[in-house]
Amino acid sequence: MDLHQQTIEALHAALSNKQISAEELTQDVLKRIDAVEASVKAYLTLTPEIALEQARAVDAKIKRGDAISPLAGIPGAIKDNICTKGTRTSCASKILDKFVPPYDATVIEKLAAQDAVMVGKANMDEFAMGGSTENSGYHPTHNPWDLAAVPGGSSGGSAAAVAAGEAVWALGSDTGGSIRQPAAYCGTVGLKPTYGRVSRYGLVAYASSLDQIGPITRTVTDSALVMNAICGYDAKDSTSIAADCPDYTKALTRDIKGLKIGLPKEYFVSGMDADVEKAIYQAIDQLVALGAEYKEVSMPHTQYALSAYYMIAPAEASSNLARYDGVSYGYRGEGNDIVSMYKTTRSEAFGDEVKRRIMLGTYALSSGYYDAYYLRALKVRSLVKRDFDRAFADVDVLVTPTAPTTAFKLGEKSSDPLAMYLQDVCTIPVNLAGVPAISLPCGFAGGMPVGMQIIGKPLGEETILRAAYAYEQEHDFAARRAPLGEGK
Amino acid sequence: MAYETVIGLEVHTELKTHSKIFCGCSTQFGSEQNTNVCPVCLGLPGVLPVVNEKVIEYAVRAGLALNCEILPFSKFDRKNYYYPDLPKNFQTSQQDLPIALKGHLDIEVNGVKKRIGITRIHMEEDAGKLVHAGNSITDSDYALVDYNRTGVPLLEIVSEPDLRSPEEAKAYLEKLKSILEYIDVSDCKMEEGSLRCDANISLRPVGASEFGTKAELKNVNSFRSVQRGLEYEELRQAELLDDGGKVIQETRSWDEARGITVSMRSKEQAHDYRFFPEPDLVPIMVAKEFVDSVRDSLPELPDARQKRLSEQCGLSEYDAGVITASRAMADYFDAVVAEGADAKTAANWLMGEVSKHLNNENVSVADCPVKPLALAHMLQLIDKGTISGKIAKTVFEEMWASGKDPEMIVKEKGLVQISDVSEIVAIVDAVIAANPQSVEDYKAGKQKAIGFLVGQIMKQTKGRANPEMVNKLLVERLG
Repeated sequence: MDLHQQTIEALHAALSNKQISAEELTQDVLKRIDAVEASVKAYLTLTPEIALEQARAVDAKIKRGDAISPLAGIPGAIKDNICTKGTRTSCASKILDKFVPPYDATVIEKLAAQDAVMVGKANMDEFAMGGSTENSGYHPTHNPWDLAAVPGGSSGGSAAAVAAGEAVWALGSDTGGSIRQPAAYCGTVGLKPTYGRVSRYGLVAYASSLDQIGPITRTVTDSALVMNAICGYDAKDSTSIAADCPDYTKALTRDIKGLKIGLPKEYFVSGMDADVEKAIYQAIDQLVALGAEYKEVSMPHTQYALSAYYMIAPAEASSNLARYDGVSYGYRGEGNDIVSMYKTTRSEAFGDEVKRRIMLGTYALSSGYYDAYYLRALKVRSLVKRDFDRAFADVDVLVTPTAPTTAFKLGEKSSDPLAMYLQDVCTIPVNLAGVPAISLPCGFAGGMPVGMQIIGKPLGEETILRAAYAYEQEHDFAARRAPLGEGK
Repeated sequence: MAYETVIGLEVHTELKTHSKIFCGCSTQFGSEQNTNVCPVCLGLPGVLPVVNEKVIEYAVRAGLALNCEILPFSKFDRKNYYYPDLPKNFQTSQQDLPIALKGHLDIEVNGVKKRIGITRIHMEEDAGKLVHAGNSITDSDYALVDYNRTGVPLLEIVSEPDLRSPEEAKAYLEKLKSILEYIDVSDCKMEEGSLRCDANISLRPVGASEFGTKAELKNVNSFRSVQRGLEYEELRQAELLDDGGKVIQETRSWDEARGITVSMRSKEQAHDYRFFPEPDLVPIMVAKEFVDSVRDSLPELPDARQKRLSEQCGLSEYDAGVITASRAMADYFDAVVAEGADAKTAANWLMGEVSKHLNNENVSVADCPVKPLALAHMLQLIDKGTISGKIAKTVFEEMWASGKDPEMIVKEKGLVQISDVSEIVAIVDAVIAANPQSVEDYKAGKQKAIGFLVGQIMKQTKGRANPEMVNKLLVERLG
C-alpha cells in the first residue's frame, strides 16, 4: 500500500528503521493531495514548503542517529480554527480571510516539539458551526467514500483528509460532536478528550465551555499517539486540568474482560437508520464476546440536551465572535461611521449559519430573556451531567451510535438547519457533560462507514481507548480505505 | 420645595500591578502607543485570559481595608458591548458574585462624622484609548486606537446612595483615595486616569423615602470637578422639579470648561450588556487563610492612625486628621518624631512651612528635599534655643535649596541665637538710650511702643537675639 495510506505506527517504524525518509513520506502525501484534492477539497491552505522543511529536519535527526518521537516526520492536517504562527488561519470565514496569527496554539507548539509535519489547514464549517462542512465560507468538502456525500462537520476537512490519504492524521475540534460525527462519516477514528485535557489556547473559540481539540486518525493506536503529543496542563488555559497525562498506548491491551458497558436507551431512538442500529448492536455483541458485560441504562435528560446546547453554544458564540468587527484585523466593510462599518463588515463576511447562531445567542442573553433561556439551559446542562454521573456509578463506559445515520448527500439538509442539528444528537450530551468519547468505524451501511461512540468518565480516555482498541483488533474496518482514485 | 440630595459614587481605580489582569504585559503609564500589548490583551482569535493573582490579592486588600465581606467563591462575567477601544467587544468584569461586598468607610464634613456604605468591589479589565484625528470627536475623519491600557486591572468600588451633598461626595472620594494609598494598591493619580469617578445623583422632597429619578454623571476627573458637577446637577434638577418638570434617567457628562453637565445618552439608548459567566475563566476561590494573611499584612489605616496621633502624640483631632490624610505625610511625621522631635512642633511645621513649600513647588512629600532626619535636627535646634523659630524659617529655606544639614547652615551663616544675658543687656540699653521718645510713650501707657523697641533690637542683632530674653529684659529695664 502507498505510504500516505499507512498508520502513524507503521510509518514511525519505517522512519526509525530508515526504510523511508520523512521527505519521501511527505512528498508522497503531497503527491496524493495533488491527485485527489480537486475532488475532495479537504484543505483551505496547503503548506508544502513548511512540511518539507519540517520533514528534512527530521531526516537530519535520523541521519545523526538521534531517536525520533512517534509523530516525527509524519504529515498531518490541522483544522483551520487552530492558530498557526505565520500560516493563515481563517476558520473558513471570509471575515478572517487574510488573518495570519502571530502566535502558535499550544497544541501546535506541542506537535512541533514532537517534530510532526503540517501539510495544511483543513476545511471546516465556518467558525466550527455546522454538521456537514457545507457552511465553509470557501467551498464544501466531499466525503472520500462518496464524493456526492458530505464528510460531516465541522471538522469535515480534517476527517476527509485522513480518509482520502491526504494526511496521516489530523487535528479537529469538537464542540457538539465536530470530531466524532465527521470521523464516523469518513470511517476514521475521532477522539474528543475530557474538557480541559487538551489546551484550548490558540483554538479560535466557538463555544468556550464546550470546545475541545482532539485527534482524527486511521486507528485507535494512532489516536493514542496523537493524544500523547497534545495532552496536558497548560498555564495559558485556565480551564485546563492540572493532571499528568499517561502514555495512552499502554492502555491498548486488548483485554476488556469484566468491562461494564452501559447502553443508554435514550440514544437508540426512532429515526435512527436501521442499518446503523444493526451495526452498533453487532459491535456490542462483539464487545460482549470479548468479555465485556452490558446493561441498559437510562439517561432521562438526553431529550433536552440538544435544546440546551442550542442555547448555550450560540450564547457563548455571540460573545466570542463579537471581536470580528473590522476594527483591527480581518475583513472590513464600508461605512460612514463606526456603527455602519460594524454592520457592513459582519453582514458581508459572516455566513448564514454563523449569523443565525449569533442572533440566537444574542437573543438568549438579552435582558428579560436570560433567565428563561440561558439560565434554564445551564440548569438542563447540570441535569445532563448528573445523568452521566449516575450512569457511570454503574458502568465503565457507555456505547451509542455516533450519529443516527451515515453521511448524507451534499445539499440534502443544508436548507433545513433543524434536520442538520439532529445529526449531533448522540454527541452533544457528551460536550455538555465534559466527558471524553471516541468514535470508531463499526461497519458499513450502503457502502458508507458507520461510527460507534464509546463514552468514558471524566479523564477516562484510557478506558475508552482500550475498549475501542480491543474492538478494532477484531475487524478490518481500520484497514479499509475509501475507494477514491482507485477506479471509481 | 425643599429637596434632599441623594448621591452614590462608582469609583474606578487602576491597580498598581506591574502586569495586566489577564496577561503578562506591562502596565507602565506613558509608554509609546501599542507597545505594551500581546495577542491576549489584543483579544486576537484563539487567545485565553489567565488571571493575575496579584489582582485578586489587591482586591482582597481593598475589600478588607473598606470593611467588606470577602466572598469565598466569586466569578468573572462578560459584559458585552461594541466599542472600538474594546478589542473583544466584551469586557471581562464581575456581575452577580463580586469579590467583596457590604463594606463602609467613615467621613467627616464640617465636624460631623458619617458612615458611608460600600455596596461592592469588583475586578475588571480596562479598555484602550481612542485618539481622534482633528479637534473633536464630531469632526474627526478617523480615529486611532492605543491598546496599551487594554487589560490594565481595575477595581470598581460602588458606594451605597448614602451621600447627601456634593461636599460629602468629595469627602468620600478623598477618604477613599487616602485608604487606597495607605494599602498601596493604586497610585490614585486622577490626572493619569488611575482614579476615575462616575456619580449618580437624584433629588427627592425632604422627608420622602422613595428615591427620585437619577442622572449619572460621567467624565469627572478631579475632586473639584466631582463637587462642582454635583452642585450643578443639584441646581439643575431642583429647577426642573420646581418648574413641574421631570428628571429623565440619563447619562450626563461634565464639561469642565463650561461648568455645566450635558446629556450623553438616555435610558432608552442604554446598553443591554448581556452579562453571562466568563467561560474561559474558572471561578475564583479565596481561602480563609489567604484572607487572614492579607488582613495581617494591612498597614495602620488613616482612622486608626489619626486616633493614635491624637492619643499618643497629643495632637488635636484636626491636626491628626490633616497629617494622616496622606500616608506619605503621616509616614514623614512619624519619622520626624522617631528622630526625637517634639510631636506638636513637628505637626505645626509639617502643616505650615513644609506643606507651603511642597505646594508651591508642586513636590510630593515622598520627594521632599528636606528629609525627616534633617527636619528633626532643625526642630531640636529650636528646642535647645540655638536658633529662634523665626530664624528657623531661614534655615529651612536653605535646607530646602541646598539639602545641607541645619547645624552646618547655622554655623556657616552665623545664625546662632544670642542667649547671653550680658550681650543682650548691652544692646537693650543702647536701644533704650537711642529712643527716648518710645520710652516715654511706653511709660505713658502705649503698649505698642515696646514692639518698636523689640524690632530695633532684632534689627541690630539680625534677628538672632533670643526674643523671650529681649522681651523680659526690656520690660525689666523700662520697669
